[in-house]
Amino acid sequence: MLLLALDTATPAVTVALHDGRDVIASSSQVDARRHGELLLPAIDRVLAEAGRKLDAVTGIVAGIGPGPYTGLRVGLMTAETFGLALGVPVHGVCTLDGLAYATDLEGPFVVATDARRKEVYWARYADSRTRVTDPAVDRPADIAEQVEGLPAVGAGALLYPDTFPKAHEPEHVSAAALARLAAEKLAAGGELPSPRPLYLRRPDAQVPKNYKVVTPK
Amino acid sequence: MADSRDEPLVLGIETSCDETGVGIVRGTTLLADAVASSVDEHARFGGVVPEVASRAHLEAMVPTIDRALKEAGVSARDLDGVAVTAGPGLAGALLVGVSAAKAYAYALGKPLYGVNHLASHICVDQLEHGALPEPTMALLVSGGHSSLLLSSDITSDVRPMGATIDDAAGEAFDKIARVLNLGFPGGPVIDRYAREGDPDAIAFPRGLTGPRDPAYDFSFSGLKTAVARWIEAKRAAGEEVPVRDVAASFQEAVVDVLTRKAVRACKDEGVDHLMIGGGVAANSRLRALAQERCEAAGIRLRVPRPKLCTDNGAMVAALGAEMVARNRAASSWDLPADSSLPVTEPHVPGTHGHDHVHEVSKENLYS
Ligand SMILES: [Zn+2]
Repeated sequence: MLLLALDTATPAVTVALHDGRDVIASSSQVDARRHGELLLPAIDRVLAEAGRKLDAVTGIVAGIGPGPYTGLRVGLMTAETFGLALGVPVHGVCTLDGLAYATDLEGPFVVATDARRKEVYWARYADSRTRVTDPAVDRPADIAEQVEGLPAVGAGALLYPDTFPKAHEPEHVSAAALARLAAEKLAAGGELPSPRPLYLRRPDAQVPKNYKVVTPK
Repeated sequence: MADSRDEPLVLGIETSCDETGVGIVRGTTLLADAVASSVDEHARFGGVVPEVASRAHLEAMVPTIDRALKEAGVSARDLDGVAVTAGPGLAGALLVGVSAAKAYAYALGKPLYGVNHLASHICVDQLEHGALPEPTMALLVSGGHSSLLLSSDITSDVRPMGATIDDAAGEAFDKIARVLNLGFPGGPVIDRYAREGDPDAIAFPRGLTGPRDPAYDFSFSGLKTAVARWIEAKRAAGEEVPVRDVAASFQEAVVDVLTRKAVRACKDEGVDHLMIGGGVAANSRLRALAQERCEAAGIRLRVPRPKLCTDNGAMVAALGAEMVARNRAASSWDLPADSSLPVTEPHVPGTHGHDHVHEVSKENLYS
Protein backbone atom coordinates (compact mmCIF):
# COMPACT_ATOMS: atom_id res chain seq x y z
CA MET A 1 0.00 0.00 0.00
CA LEU A 2 1.18 3.51 -0.81
CA LEU A 3 -1.27 6.25 0.11
CA LEU A 4 -0.89 9.89 -0.87
CA ALA A 5 -2.86 12.04 1.57
CA LEU A 6 -3.58 15.74 1.21
CA ASP A 7 -5.77 18.36 2.85
CA THR A 8 -6.48 21.99 1.92
CA ALA A 9 -9.57 22.60 4.07
CA THR A 10 -7.73 24.68 6.67
CA PRO A 11 -5.01 27.33 6.27
CA ALA A 12 -2.53 24.42 6.09
CA VAL A 13 -1.47 22.94 2.76
CA THR A 14 -0.52 19.50 3.96
CA VAL A 15 0.70 16.37 2.14
CA ALA A 16 1.87 12.97 3.38
CA LEU A 17 2.91 9.61 1.96
CA HIS A 18 2.02 6.42 3.89
CA ASP A 19 3.44 3.03 2.91
CA GLY A 20 1.00 0.88 4.88
CA ARG A 21 3.19 0.79 7.98
CA ASP A 22 3.68 4.49 8.66
CA VAL A 23 4.14 7.92 7.16
CA ILE A 24 7.37 7.99 5.16
CA ALA A 25 7.39 11.68 4.13
CA SER A 26 5.24 14.72 4.78
CA SER A 27 4.99 18.48 4.34
CA SER A 28 2.82 21.16 5.95
CA GLN A 29 2.79 24.85 5.08
CA VAL A 30 0.40 27.38 6.54
CA ASP A 31 -0.72 30.00 4.01
CA ALA A 32 -4.47 30.43 3.69
CA ARG A 33 -4.24 32.34 0.39
CA ARG A 34 -1.93 30.18 -1.69
CA HIS A 35 -3.30 26.64 -1.62
CA GLY A 36 -3.36 26.56 -5.40
CA GLU A 37 0.28 27.50 -5.77
CA LEU A 38 1.68 25.41 -2.92
CA LEU A 39 -0.05 22.05 -3.26
CA LEU A 40 1.52 20.52 -6.39
CA PRO A 41 5.11 21.54 -5.50
CA ALA A 42 4.53 20.08 -2.00
CA ILE A 43 3.37 16.78 -3.50
CA ASP A 44 6.41 16.77 -5.79
CA ARG A 45 8.71 17.40 -2.81
CA VAL A 46 7.14 14.73 -0.61
CA LEU A 47 7.42 12.12 -3.36
CA ALA A 48 11.05 13.08 -4.03
CA GLU A 49 11.88 12.91 -0.34
CA ALA A 50 10.48 9.39 -0.17
CA GLY A 51 12.18 8.41 -3.43
CA ARG A 52 8.85 7.42 -4.97
CA LYS A 53 7.01 8.35 -8.15
CA LEU A 54 3.36 9.29 -8.25
CA ASP A 55 2.48 6.23 -10.34
CA ALA A 56 3.54 3.95 -7.46
CA VAL A 57 0.67 5.35 -5.35
CA THR A 58 -2.17 2.85 -4.77
CA GLY A 59 -4.72 5.28 -3.35
CA ILE A 60 -5.38 8.94 -2.69
CA VAL A 61 -6.75 10.28 0.59
CA ALA A 62 -8.29 13.75 0.55
CA GLY A 63 -9.65 15.91 3.34
CA ILE A 64 -13.25 16.72 2.39
CA GLY A 65 -13.63 19.60 4.83
CA PRO A 66 -15.62 21.31 6.08
CA GLY A 67 -13.42 24.30 5.29
CA PRO A 68 -13.31 27.52 3.28
CA TYR A 69 -14.48 26.47 -0.18
CA THR A 70 -11.88 27.95 -2.48
CA GLY A 71 -8.99 26.23 -0.73
CA LEU A 72 -10.96 23.05 -0.08
CA ARG A 73 -11.64 22.59 -3.80
CA VAL A 74 -7.92 22.79 -4.66
CA GLY A 75 -7.23 19.59 -2.72
CA LEU A 76 -10.36 17.75 -3.84
CA MET A 77 -9.87 18.63 -7.53
CA THR A 78 -6.23 17.56 -7.34
CA ALA A 79 -7.10 14.27 -5.61
CA GLU A 80 -9.93 13.46 -8.02
CA THR A 81 -7.80 14.19 -11.08
CA PHE A 82 -4.96 12.02 -9.76
CA GLY A 83 -7.52 9.26 -9.30
CA LEU A 84 -8.61 9.64 -12.91
CA ALA A 85 -5.10 9.78 -14.37
CA LEU A 86 -3.67 6.94 -12.26
CA GLY A 87 -6.76 4.77 -12.11
CA VAL A 88 -6.56 4.48 -8.31
CA PRO A 89 -9.31 4.97 -5.70
CA VAL A 90 -9.78 8.36 -4.04
CA HIS A 91 -10.90 8.21 -0.41
CA GLY A 92 -12.51 11.08 1.44
CA VAL A 93 -11.85 11.76 5.10
CA CYS A 94 -13.58 14.44 7.14
CA THR A 95 -10.96 17.07 7.93
CA LEU A 96 -12.25 17.37 11.50
CA ASP A 97 -11.69 13.60 11.95
CA GLY A 98 -8.05 14.07 10.91
CA LEU A 99 -7.63 16.75 13.56
CA ALA A 100 -9.32 14.55 16.15
CA TYR A 101 -7.11 11.58 15.30
CA ALA A 102 -3.99 13.68 15.90
CA THR A 103 -5.01 14.49 19.50
CA ASP A 104 -4.77 11.08 21.22
CA LEU A 105 -7.36 12.35 23.69
CA GLU A 106 -9.08 9.60 25.68
CA GLY A 107 -12.32 11.27 26.81
CA PRO A 108 -14.90 13.41 24.98
CA PHE A 109 -13.72 16.57 23.22
CA VAL A 110 -14.56 19.02 20.46
CA VAL A 111 -12.83 19.86 17.18
CA ALA A 112 -13.47 23.36 15.83
CA THR A 113 -11.88 25.02 12.79
CA ASP A 114 -12.23 28.58 11.54
CA ALA A 115 -15.23 28.96 9.22
CA ARG A 116 -14.65 32.76 8.90
CA ARG A 117 -17.61 35.16 9.22
CA LYS A 118 -17.33 34.69 13.00
CA GLU A 119 -18.38 31.04 12.76
CA VAL A 120 -16.69 27.69 13.34
CA TYR A 121 -16.91 24.29 11.68
CA TRP A 122 -17.16 21.82 14.52
CA ALA A 123 -18.07 18.34 15.74
CA ARG A 124 -18.00 16.43 19.04
CA TYR A 125 -15.94 13.31 19.60
CA ALA A 126 -16.12 10.47 22.18
CA ASP A 127 -12.43 9.75 21.58
CA SER A 128 -9.84 10.43 18.90
CA ARG A 129 -11.42 7.89 16.53
CA THR A 130 -15.12 8.36 17.24
CA ARG A 131 -17.15 11.35 16.08
CA VAL A 132 -20.58 11.60 17.74
CA THR A 133 -22.13 14.56 15.87
CA ASP A 134 -22.30 15.54 12.21
CA PRO A 135 -19.95 18.35 11.21
CA ALA A 136 -21.79 21.66 11.53
CA VAL A 137 -21.18 25.38 11.09
CA ASP A 138 -22.29 27.74 13.86
CA ARG A 139 -21.48 30.87 15.79
CA PRO A 140 -19.41 29.92 18.86
CA ALA A 141 -21.86 31.58 21.27
CA ASP A 142 -24.72 29.49 19.86
CA ILE A 143 -23.02 26.17 20.68
CA ALA A 144 -21.55 27.15 24.04
CA GLU A 145 -23.86 24.81 25.93
CA GLN A 146 -23.13 21.84 23.71
CA VAL A 147 -19.37 22.13 24.13
CA GLU A 148 -19.30 23.29 27.75
CA GLY A 149 -16.51 21.83 29.88
CA LEU A 150 -15.01 19.87 26.99
CA PRO A 151 -11.41 20.13 25.83
CA ALA A 152 -11.20 21.48 22.27
CA VAL A 153 -8.66 21.49 19.45
CA GLY A 154 -8.33 23.38 16.19
CA ALA A 155 -7.92 27.00 15.10
CA GLY A 156 -11.64 27.66 15.61
CA ALA A 157 -11.38 26.65 19.25
CA LEU A 158 -8.19 28.69 19.78
CA LEU A 159 -9.88 31.71 18.18
CA TYR A 160 -12.86 31.81 20.57
CA PRO A 161 -11.62 31.23 24.16
CA ASP A 162 -14.97 32.40 25.62
CA THR A 163 -16.68 29.37 24.13
CA PHE A 164 -13.65 27.05 24.22
CA PRO A 165 -11.68 27.88 27.42
CA LYS A 166 -9.91 24.51 27.28
CA ALA A 167 -8.64 24.93 23.70
CA HIS A 168 -5.23 23.60 22.74
CA GLU A 169 -3.11 22.30 19.84
CA PRO A 170 -3.17 20.99 17.17
CA GLU A 171 -4.29 24.12 15.37
CA HIS A 172 -4.55 22.72 11.82
CA VAL A 173 -5.02 19.27 10.34
CA SER A 174 -1.97 17.34 9.15
CA ALA A 175 -2.06 15.02 6.16
CA ALA A 176 0.09 12.63 8.22
CA ALA A 177 -2.78 12.16 10.67
CA LEU A 178 -5.25 11.90 7.79
CA ALA A 179 -3.09 9.19 6.16
CA ARG A 180 -2.71 7.21 9.40
CA LEU A 181 -6.45 7.33 10.05
CA ALA A 182 -7.26 6.25 6.49
CA ALA A 183 -4.63 3.47 6.53
CA GLU A 184 -6.02 2.16 9.82
CA LYS A 185 -9.60 2.13 8.51
CA LEU A 186 -8.67 0.56 5.19
CA ALA A 187 -6.53 -2.12 6.88
CA ALA A 188 -9.50 -2.99 9.09
CA GLY A 189 -11.62 -3.46 5.95
CA GLY A 190 -13.55 -0.28 6.53
CA GLU A 191 -14.94 1.96 3.80
CA LEU A 192 -14.22 5.64 3.37
CA PRO A 193 -16.64 8.10 1.78
CA SER A 194 -16.20 9.40 -1.76
CA PRO A 195 -14.29 12.69 -1.94
CA ARG A 196 -17.31 15.03 -2.07
CA PRO A 197 -16.86 18.40 -0.36
CA LEU A 198 -18.63 19.17 2.92
CA TYR A 199 -19.74 22.75 2.22
CA LEU A 200 -22.39 22.97 4.97
CA ARG A 201 -23.51 26.37 3.66
CA ARG A 202 -25.50 27.21 0.56
CA PRO A 203 -23.72 29.46 -1.95
CA ASP A 204 -24.19 33.18 -1.38
CA ALA A 205 -26.42 34.57 -4.06
CA GLN A 206 -29.07 37.23 -4.28
CA VAL A 207 -32.10 36.58 -6.44
CA PRO A 208 -33.16 39.82 -8.12
CA LYS A 209 -36.68 40.95 -7.19
CA ASN A 210 -39.57 41.26 -9.64
CA TYR A 211 -37.83 38.88 -11.95
CA LYS A 212 -39.64 36.42 -14.10
CA VAL A 213 -38.58 34.46 -17.12
CA VAL A 214 -40.52 34.75 -20.36
CA THR A 215 -38.84 33.06 -23.27
CA PRO A 216 -40.33 33.25 -26.76
CA LYS A 217 -41.13 30.05 -28.62
CA MET B 1 2.69 21.18 -43.51
CA ALA B 2 4.07 18.23 -41.60
CA ASP B 3 2.23 14.94 -41.31
CA SER B 4 -0.68 15.50 -38.93
CA ARG B 5 0.72 12.82 -36.57
CA ASP B 6 3.61 15.15 -35.85
CA GLU B 7 1.33 17.93 -34.76
CA PRO B 8 0.99 18.41 -31.02
CA LEU B 9 -1.87 16.58 -29.29
CA VAL B 10 -3.07 18.84 -26.49
CA LEU B 11 -5.91 18.71 -23.97
CA GLY B 12 -7.26 22.08 -22.83
CA ILE B 13 -9.26 22.92 -19.71
CA GLU B 14 -11.42 26.06 -19.37
CA THR B 15 -13.21 27.13 -16.15
CA SER B 16 -13.02 30.93 -16.18
CA CYS B 17 -16.78 31.46 -15.90
CA ASP B 18 -19.76 29.10 -15.90
CA GLU B 19 -18.72 26.55 -18.54
CA THR B 20 -16.58 23.55 -17.65
CA GLY B 21 -14.83 22.97 -20.96
CA VAL B 22 -12.43 20.22 -21.94
CA GLY B 23 -11.19 20.15 -25.52
CA ILE B 24 -8.65 18.08 -27.39
CA VAL B 25 -6.90 19.20 -30.56
CA ARG B 26 -4.12 17.92 -32.77
CA GLY B 27 -2.41 21.00 -34.16
CA THR B 28 -5.22 22.96 -35.76
CA THR B 29 -7.60 20.00 -35.93
CA LEU B 30 -10.45 19.79 -33.45
CA LEU B 31 -10.85 16.28 -31.99
CA ALA B 32 -13.17 16.90 -29.04
CA ASP B 33 -15.09 19.78 -27.50
CA ALA B 34 -16.85 18.65 -24.30
CA VAL B 35 -18.66 21.34 -22.32
CA ALA B 36 -20.74 21.10 -19.15
CA SER B 37 -22.57 24.33 -18.43
CA SER B 38 -24.01 25.54 -15.13
CA VAL B 39 -25.93 28.33 -16.90
CA ASP B 40 -29.32 26.95 -15.81
CA GLU B 41 -28.28 27.14 -12.17
CA HIS B 42 -27.49 30.84 -12.61
CA ALA B 43 -30.60 31.74 -14.62
CA ARG B 44 -32.79 32.45 -11.59
CA PHE B 45 -30.14 34.82 -10.22
CA GLY B 46 -30.00 36.84 -13.44
CA GLY B 47 -26.25 36.49 -13.69
CA VAL B 48 -23.37 34.14 -12.99
CA VAL B 49 -22.96 33.43 -9.28
CA PRO B 50 -19.25 32.71 -8.70
CA GLU B 51 -19.67 30.16 -5.91
CA VAL B 52 -22.33 28.26 -7.86
CA ALA B 53 -19.97 28.15 -10.87
CA SER B 54 -17.03 26.92 -8.80
CA ARG B 55 -19.06 24.13 -7.23
CA ALA B 56 -20.30 23.04 -10.64
CA HIS B 57 -16.75 22.96 -12.07
CA LEU B 58 -15.58 20.59 -9.34
CA GLU B 59 -18.54 18.27 -10.00
CA ALA B 60 -18.23 18.32 -13.77
CA MET B 61 -14.47 18.20 -14.33
CA VAL B 62 -13.65 14.48 -14.24
CA PRO B 63 -16.71 13.38 -16.25
CA THR B 64 -16.00 16.10 -18.82
CA ILE B 65 -12.34 15.05 -19.21
CA ASP B 66 -13.55 11.46 -19.67
CA ARG B 67 -16.08 12.53 -22.26
CA ALA B 68 -13.51 14.54 -24.23
CA LEU B 69 -11.05 11.63 -24.34
CA LYS B 70 -13.76 9.26 -25.57
CA GLU B 71 -14.98 11.77 -28.16
CA ALA B 72 -11.43 12.29 -29.45
CA GLY B 73 -10.63 8.58 -29.37
CA VAL B 74 -7.17 9.22 -27.98
CA SER B 75 -5.33 8.01 -24.91
CA ALA B 76 -4.23 10.48 -22.26
CA ARG B 77 -0.77 8.87 -22.46
CA ASP B 78 -0.37 10.19 -26.00
CA LEU B 79 -0.92 13.84 -25.08
CA ASP B 80 1.95 16.25 -25.73
CA GLY B 81 0.73 18.71 -23.15
CA VAL B 82 -2.10 19.93 -20.93
CA ALA B 83 -3.24 23.54 -21.32
CA VAL B 84 -5.46 25.48 -18.95
CA THR B 85 -6.97 28.93 -18.69
CA ALA B 86 -4.81 30.68 -16.07
CA GLY B 87 -6.83 33.94 -16.37
CA PRO B 88 -8.54 36.30 -16.64
CA GLY B 89 -11.84 35.16 -15.12
CA LEU B 90 -13.53 34.36 -11.82
CA ALA B 91 -10.77 33.60 -9.33
CA GLY B 92 -12.40 30.64 -7.58
CA ALA B 93 -13.62 29.14 -10.83
CA LEU B 94 -10.21 29.46 -12.52
CA LEU B 95 -8.57 27.76 -9.55
CA VAL B 96 -10.62 24.59 -10.02
CA GLY B 97 -9.45 24.22 -13.62
CA VAL B 98 -5.84 25.10 -12.80
CA SER B 99 -5.82 22.50 -10.00
CA ALA B 100 -7.20 19.84 -12.32
CA ALA B 101 -4.78 20.68 -15.13
CA LYS B 102 -1.76 20.62 -12.85
CA ALA B 103 -2.74 17.28 -11.34
CA TYR B 104 -3.47 15.79 -14.75
CA ALA B 105 -0.23 17.02 -16.33
CA TYR B 106 1.83 15.94 -13.32
CA ALA B 107 0.26 12.49 -13.11
CA LEU B 108 0.74 11.89 -16.84
CA GLY B 109 4.24 13.35 -16.93
CA LYS B 110 3.27 16.01 -19.48
CA PRO B 111 4.15 19.70 -19.67
CA LEU B 112 1.59 22.21 -18.36
CA TYR B 113 0.68 25.40 -20.21
CA GLY B 114 -1.22 28.11 -18.36
CA VAL B 115 -2.72 30.27 -21.10
CA ASN B 116 -4.70 33.49 -21.46
CA HIS B 117 -8.46 33.19 -21.93
CA LEU B 118 -8.63 36.08 -24.43
CA ALA B 119 -5.79 34.79 -26.59
CA SER B 120 -7.57 31.42 -26.59
CA HIS B 121 -10.75 33.06 -27.93
CA ILE B 122 -8.67 34.30 -30.88
CA CYS B 123 -6.67 31.11 -31.41
CA VAL B 124 -9.77 28.91 -31.57
CA ASP B 125 -10.39 30.18 -35.09
CA GLN B 126 -7.46 28.01 -36.23
CA LEU B 127 -9.72 25.02 -35.66
CA GLU B 128 -12.26 26.50 -38.06
CA HIS B 129 -10.33 28.38 -40.72
CA GLY B 130 -6.74 27.11 -40.41
CA ALA B 131 -3.63 28.96 -39.27
CA LEU B 132 -4.26 32.52 -38.09
CA PRO B 133 -3.12 35.20 -40.53
CA GLU B 134 -0.34 37.30 -39.03
CA PRO B 135 -1.22 39.90 -38.07
CA THR B 136 -4.86 39.33 -37.12
CA MET B 137 -7.25 41.93 -35.75
CA ALA B 138 -9.64 40.39 -33.24
CA LEU B 139 -12.89 41.70 -31.84
CA LEU B 140 -13.76 39.78 -28.66
CA VAL B 141 -17.24 40.32 -27.30
CA SER B 142 -18.94 38.41 -24.50
CA GLY B 143 -20.55 38.84 -21.12
CA GLY B 144 -17.12 39.31 -19.58
CA HIS B 145 -15.14 41.19 -22.20
CA SER B 146 -15.33 43.59 -25.14
CA SER B 147 -11.96 44.28 -26.69
CA LEU B 148 -10.15 44.95 -29.91
CA LEU B 149 -6.84 43.13 -30.04
CA LEU B 150 -4.07 43.02 -32.61
CA SER B 151 -1.86 39.94 -32.67
CA SER B 152 1.18 39.24 -34.83
CA ASP B 153 1.90 35.94 -33.02
CA ILE B 154 -0.81 34.51 -30.80
CA THR B 155 1.72 32.81 -28.52
CA SER B 156 3.77 35.91 -27.77
CA ASP B 157 2.30 39.17 -29.03
CA VAL B 158 -1.22 40.36 -28.31
CA ARG B 159 -1.64 44.12 -28.29
CA PRO B 160 -4.76 45.79 -26.87
CA MET B 161 -6.16 48.39 -29.30
CA GLY B 162 -9.24 49.22 -27.28
CA ALA B 163 -11.68 47.84 -24.75
CA THR B 164 -14.90 48.72 -23.01
CA ILE B 165 -14.53 51.48 -20.45
CA ASP B 166 -17.56 50.25 -18.49
CA ASP B 167 -19.80 47.22 -19.24
CA ALA B 168 -19.07 44.32 -21.55
CA ALA B 169 -21.41 44.08 -24.56
CA GLY B 170 -22.86 40.81 -23.29
CA GLU B 171 -23.68 42.43 -19.95
CA ALA B 172 -25.74 45.04 -21.76
CA PHE B 173 -27.70 42.27 -23.51
CA ASP B 174 -28.33 40.59 -20.13
CA LYS B 175 -29.45 43.85 -18.55
CA ILE B 176 -31.84 44.81 -21.32
CA ALA B 177 -33.26 41.27 -21.42
CA ARG B 178 -33.91 41.57 -17.70
CA VAL B 179 -35.63 44.95 -18.05
CA LEU B 180 -37.81 43.39 -20.78
CA ASN B 181 -38.48 40.32 -18.58
CA LEU B 182 -36.94 38.02 -21.17
CA GLY B 183 -34.72 35.94 -18.84
CA PHE B 184 -31.03 35.11 -18.69
CA PRO B 185 -28.77 34.95 -20.60
CA GLY B 186 -29.95 37.88 -22.69
CA GLY B 187 -27.97 37.46 -25.91
CA PRO B 188 -29.85 34.65 -27.65
CA VAL B 189 -33.32 35.88 -26.65
CA ILE B 190 -32.70 39.50 -27.73
CA ASP B 191 -31.36 38.15 -31.03
CA ARG B 192 -34.58 36.16 -31.56
CA TYR B 193 -36.92 39.05 -30.80
CA ALA B 194 -34.81 41.48 -32.82
CA ARG B 195 -35.30 39.41 -35.98
CA GLU B 196 -38.96 40.45 -35.96
CA GLY B 197 -38.31 44.06 -34.98
CA ASP B 198 -37.27 47.25 -36.76
CA PRO B 199 -33.64 48.20 -36.00
CA ASP B 200 -34.36 51.82 -36.96
CA ALA B 201 -37.53 52.16 -34.86
CA ILE B 202 -35.78 53.90 -31.97
CA ALA B 203 -32.55 55.92 -32.26
CA PHE B 204 -30.57 54.71 -29.27
CA PRO B 205 -27.19 56.37 -28.60
CA ARG B 206 -23.89 55.06 -30.04
CA GLY B 207 -21.38 55.30 -27.18
CA LEU B 208 -17.90 56.81 -27.69
CA THR B 209 -18.40 57.64 -31.36
CA GLY B 210 -17.80 61.37 -31.18
CA PRO B 211 -14.84 62.94 -33.03
CA ARG B 212 -12.85 63.42 -29.84
CA ASP B 213 -13.68 60.02 -28.31
CA PRO B 214 -11.06 57.26 -28.20
CA ALA B 215 -11.23 55.53 -31.58
CA TYR B 216 -11.23 51.92 -30.44
CA ASP B 217 -12.72 51.96 -26.93
CA PHE B 218 -16.31 50.98 -26.22
CA SER B 219 -18.95 52.10 -23.76
CA PHE B 220 -22.28 50.34 -23.27
CA SER B 221 -23.33 51.74 -19.92
CA GLY B 222 -24.96 54.86 -21.38
CA LEU B 223 -26.83 52.81 -23.97
CA LYS B 224 -28.04 50.44 -21.26
CA THR B 225 -29.42 53.33 -19.24
CA ALA B 226 -31.00 55.00 -22.29
CA VAL B 227 -32.83 51.81 -23.28
CA ALA B 228 -34.00 51.13 -19.72
CA ARG B 229 -35.26 54.73 -19.40
CA TRP B 230 -37.08 54.51 -22.71
CA ILE B 231 -38.83 51.31 -21.62
CA GLU B 232 -39.71 52.75 -18.21
CA ALA B 233 -41.15 55.89 -19.81
CA LYS B 234 -43.40 53.75 -22.02
CA ARG B 235 -44.56 51.75 -19.01
CA ALA B 236 -45.12 54.90 -16.94
CA ALA B 237 -47.30 56.29 -19.75
CA GLY B 238 -49.35 53.10 -19.66
CA GLU B 239 -48.30 52.19 -23.19
CA GLU B 240 -47.30 48.77 -24.38
CA VAL B 241 -43.55 48.26 -24.83
CA PRO B 242 -42.76 47.23 -28.42
CA VAL B 243 -40.39 44.45 -27.31
CA ARG B 244 -39.31 43.43 -30.81
CA ASP B 245 -38.49 46.99 -31.92
CA VAL B 246 -36.67 47.74 -28.66
CA ALA B 247 -34.63 44.53 -28.99
CA ALA B 248 -33.79 45.26 -32.63
CA SER B 249 -32.91 48.93 -32.05
CA PHE B 250 -30.82 48.17 -28.97
CA GLN B 251 -28.99 45.34 -30.73
CA GLU B 252 -28.36 47.56 -33.75
CA ALA B 253 -26.77 50.22 -31.54
CA VAL B 254 -24.39 47.64 -30.05
CA VAL B 255 -23.32 45.90 -33.25
CA ASP B 256 -23.10 49.16 -35.21
CA VAL B 257 -20.44 50.49 -32.83
CA LEU B 258 -18.62 47.16 -32.53
CA THR B 259 -18.28 46.61 -36.28
CA ARG B 260 -17.61 50.24 -37.13
CA LYS B 261 -14.66 50.41 -34.70
CA ALA B 262 -13.31 47.00 -35.65
CA VAL B 263 -13.27 47.86 -39.37
CA ARG B 264 -11.69 51.23 -38.66
CA ALA B 265 -8.94 49.56 -36.59
CA CYS B 266 -8.22 47.18 -39.46
CA LYS B 267 -7.97 50.05 -41.93
CA ASP B 268 -5.82 52.21 -39.64
CA GLU B 269 -3.39 49.35 -38.99
CA GLY B 270 -3.40 48.01 -42.54
CA VAL B 271 -4.71 44.62 -41.39
CA ASP B 272 -6.77 42.72 -43.95
CA HIS B 273 -8.20 40.05 -41.59
CA LEU B 274 -10.74 40.48 -38.82
CA MET B 275 -11.74 37.66 -36.48
CA ILE B 276 -14.70 37.95 -34.13
CA GLY B 277 -14.93 35.73 -31.06
CA GLY B 278 -16.62 35.48 -27.68
CA GLY B 279 -20.21 34.60 -26.85
CA VAL B 280 -21.71 37.69 -28.51
CA ALA B 281 -20.12 36.59 -31.81
CA ALA B 282 -23.00 34.11 -31.96
CA ASN B 283 -25.32 37.11 -32.50
CA SER B 284 -26.78 36.86 -35.99
CA ARG B 285 -26.96 40.60 -36.61
CA LEU B 286 -23.34 41.12 -35.51
CA ARG B 287 -22.25 38.44 -37.97
CA ALA B 288 -24.31 39.89 -40.81
CA LEU B 289 -23.29 43.51 -40.32
CA ALA B 290 -19.63 42.60 -39.85
CA GLN B 291 -19.76 40.60 -43.08
CA GLU B 292 -21.33 43.50 -44.95
CA ARG B 293 -18.86 46.10 -43.67
CA CYS B 294 -15.80 43.89 -44.07
CA GLU B 295 -16.74 43.12 -47.65
CA ALA B 296 -17.14 46.82 -48.39
CA ALA B 297 -13.71 47.51 -46.89
CA GLY B 298 -11.92 44.59 -48.53
CA ILE B 299 -11.31 42.84 -45.22
CA ARG B 300 -11.60 39.05 -44.83
CA LEU B 301 -13.87 38.20 -41.92
CA ARG B 302 -13.31 35.04 -39.87
CA VAL B 303 -15.93 34.05 -37.30
CA PRO B 304 -15.84 30.55 -35.80
CA ARG B 305 -19.07 28.57 -35.50
CA PRO B 306 -21.11 29.70 -32.44
CA LYS B 307 -20.11 26.71 -30.26
CA LEU B 308 -16.45 27.69 -30.60
CA CYS B 309 -17.22 31.36 -29.85
CA THR B 310 -18.65 30.71 -26.40
CA ASP B 311 -16.25 29.55 -23.67
CA ASN B 312 -14.96 26.04 -24.28
CA GLY B 313 -11.92 23.83 -23.73
CA ALA B 314 -11.08 23.46 -27.41
CA MET B 315 -9.94 27.08 -27.61
CA VAL B 316 -7.55 26.50 -24.70
CA ALA B 317 -6.25 23.34 -26.34
CA ALA B 318 -5.83 25.25 -29.62
CA LEU B 319 -3.60 27.84 -27.97
CA GLY B 320 -1.78 25.14 -25.98
CA ALA B 321 -1.02 23.28 -29.20
CA GLU B 322 0.37 26.48 -30.68
CA MET B 323 2.56 26.93 -27.56
CA VAL B 324 3.95 23.41 -28.05
CA ALA B 325 4.41 23.92 -31.80
CA ARG B 326 6.34 27.13 -31.24
CA ASN B 327 8.44 25.75 -28.39
CA ARG B 328 7.12 28.15 -25.78
CA ALA B 329 8.25 27.45 -22.20
CA ALA B 330 5.89 25.36 -20.10
CA SER B 331 4.43 26.70 -16.85
CA SER B 332 5.73 25.62 -13.45
CA TRP B 333 3.81 23.57 -10.90
CA ASP B 334 3.19 26.66 -8.78
CA LEU B 335 1.22 28.31 -11.63
CA PRO B 336 -1.32 30.64 -10.00
CA ALA B 337 -4.86 31.31 -11.19
CA ASP B 338 -4.76 35.02 -12.04
CA SER B 339 -8.22 36.59 -12.24
CA SER B 340 -6.76 39.72 -13.89
CA LEU B 341 -4.09 38.17 -16.12
CA PRO B 342 -3.20 40.96 -18.61
CA VAL B 343 -4.19 40.36 -22.22
CA THR B 344 -0.58 41.08 -23.20
CA GLU B 345 0.50 37.77 -21.62
CA PRO B 346 -0.73 34.96 -23.90
CA HIS B 347 0.73 32.37 -21.54
CA VAL B 348 2.39 32.11 -18.15
CA PRO B 349 5.83 30.54 -18.61
CA GLY B 350 7.58 28.99 -15.61
CA THR B 351 9.72 31.46 -13.71
CA HIS B 352 12.48 29.05 -12.74
CA GLY B 353 13.90 25.95 -14.41
CA HIS B 354 11.03 23.63 -15.22
CA ASP B 355 12.89 20.37 -14.68
CA HIS B 356 10.03 18.18 -15.75
CA VAL B 357 9.36 16.35 -18.97
CA HIS B 358 10.30 18.18 -22.09
CA GLU B 359 10.30 15.31 -24.52
CA VAL B 360 8.28 17.56 -26.82
CA SER B 361 10.90 19.57 -28.65
CA LYS B 362 9.48 20.10 -32.06
CA GLU B 363 10.11 22.66 -34.72
CA ASN B 364 7.61 25.41 -35.31
CA LEU B 365 5.06 23.49 -37.33
CA TYR B 366 3.08 26.34 -38.75
CA SER B 367 5.58 28.85 -40.00
ZN1 LIG C 1 -14.73 34.14 -22.77
